Amino acid sequence: MKILVCISHVPDTTSKINFTEDDSKFDTNGVQFVINPNDEFGLTRAMWLKEKQSANVTVVNVGGAETEPTLRKALAIGADAAIRVNTPATESFSVAKQLANVVKDGEYDLVIAGRESIDYNGGMVPGMIAGLTNANFVNNCIGLEVDGNSATATREIDGGKETLSTSLPLIIGGQKGLVDESELRIPNMRGIMMARKKPLTIVEPIESNQETTSIKFEKPAAKGAVKLVSEDNLDELINLLHNEAKVI
Amino acid sequence: MSVLVYTESDQGVFKKAALEVASYAKAVANQLGTTVTALTINVNDASALGNYGVDKVLNVSNNELDAFNAKIYADIIKQASESESAQVVVVSSSADSKYLAPLLAVGLNAGYASNVIEAPSNTSPFTVKRNAFTNKAFEVSQINTDVKIVGVSSNAFGLAENTGSASMEDFAASIVESNVSVESVDKATDKVTIADADVVVSGGRGLKGPENWGMIEELAEVLGAATACSKPVSDLGWRPHSEHVGQTGKPVASNLYIAIGISGAIQHLAGVNASKVKVVINTDAEAPFFKAADYGVVGDAFTVVPQLIEKLKAFKAQQ
Repeated sequence: MKILVCISHVPDTTSKINFTEDDSKFDTNGVQFVINPNDEFGLTRAMWLKEKQSANVTVVNVGGAETEPTLRKALAIGADAAIRVNTPATESFSVAKQLANVVKDGEYDLVIAGRESIDYNGGMVPGMIAGLTNANFVNNCIGLEVDGNSATATREIDGGKETLSTSLPLIIGGQKGLVDESELRIPNMRGIMMARKKPLTIVEPIESNQETTSIKFEKPAAKGAVKLVSEDNLDELINLLHNEAKVI
Repeated sequence: MSVLVYTESDQGVFKKAALEVASYAKAVANQLGTTVTALTINVNDASALGNYGVDKVLNVSNNELDAFNAKIYADIIKQASESESAQVVVVSSSADSKYLAPLLAVGLNAGYASNVIEAPSNTSPFTVKRNAFTNKAFEVSQINTDVKIVGVSSNAFGLAENTGSASMEDFAASIVESNVSVESVDKATDKVTIADADVVVSGGRGLKGPENWGMIEELAEVLGAATACSKPVSDLGWRPHSEHVGQTGKPVASNLYIAIGISGAIQHLAGVNASKVKVVINTDAEAPFFKAADYGVVGDAFTVVPQLIEKLKAFKAQQ
């Protein structure tokens, strides 16, 4: 089984979010970049498939050379090979087209991407890859078993979950639940050493239109101070929620 | 030319988001000087849509569509969009709509903006504002394609009533083949979901153990609220993962979010920031959540929450 895990290079969850160039670009100054958390769950799930079902795991990212440390980290966690599509990730549809091209070229059986990246929150790359490659697709996936050519996937739905049966080739929009938080892997020294020798292939992008364009960013208005209510005066809290906030 | 809106339903009844996306579609249609067509699949009674600005309803009725299937549903929306020559297709941010929208975008070769919070600021170029960086910023984004797909963020645009009535038509959709089929659904039918809830009551590690969740559930019941929890609570197995709200959990965009015994880690705040009013109850006056909240009570949840339940019951009885 050939698995492709899509890795987004995103600011760490605790990063301060600022913008530069007239609020048109994310300010990377002082920001730590990590593997997108939703992708990390998928990467660990792929490692299990490698260990138990002899899968071969490639990781891929669309981005400039600055994203390579993130791919190396994925190699250190245990992926066999990495691919970087050499173009800035400017919008989801274009990224999906680049990734779909990698999927077709490599004839992958299973593609796991995070349900969304924690920076732009587009939430569309896995589904678009599925649409572009005409593969089966399960989004918000919280459980996945593969047996030969068939697969069983659990999807989180509003208010519960559902179990789906499907087959390879399959695209997964993954999230926490594919594996648990405690099961995520941290690269060890041996993994880091081995990662240096693993192939990281740079491929040039295919031509693609810009279907959407990011114009600028805005930060939410500063919030007013909290109104504190004494624990002996909860009637006042109910009064505020009813008459001032009008939410009860 | 028209604006097409997919108004989704569950068991034949519109989901809460359906009327909000219809309201949004009407606002876009007004800007474009055109009409709104809604697509429904297996809905018992679609007449409510007329009150939210829909001019025409295309009803698809087919037993084979009782279980949601993203590929099949996306293809039906595509068929309706082409038959109506839709310029803009509006969908919600429900789990199902976020599942089908990227497939629809590929099918229609349409640019898709998700998590949109306002009516377009301009229709040429088509410019929308959306949530990004997990509610820590907004992105102004332009859709360049002929057909545009807008995913409306839950509870961001709200409802806009309109006088009018919608004409009803049956829409004969063809069903594409799909190799994904539903084996079983595990869903609590008696509880309001986090996605649909106006009020969410959420508990954190300050509650000390799963045995203390009775008061959270009781408070939620009094308020008709959904229950939720912080990441440590779901990691510890005190509550199911499906209740975890935050950056790697579910996003919350309710009118009222009540956080009990949650300190307010930045990842948690990011996931709940889209809620309109936030109340925090915590013993630690220095908890970061107080900086993000609208109302706060510094006090022990084990004394505050039971009192709050009693007072709310009395308040509700008066209403």
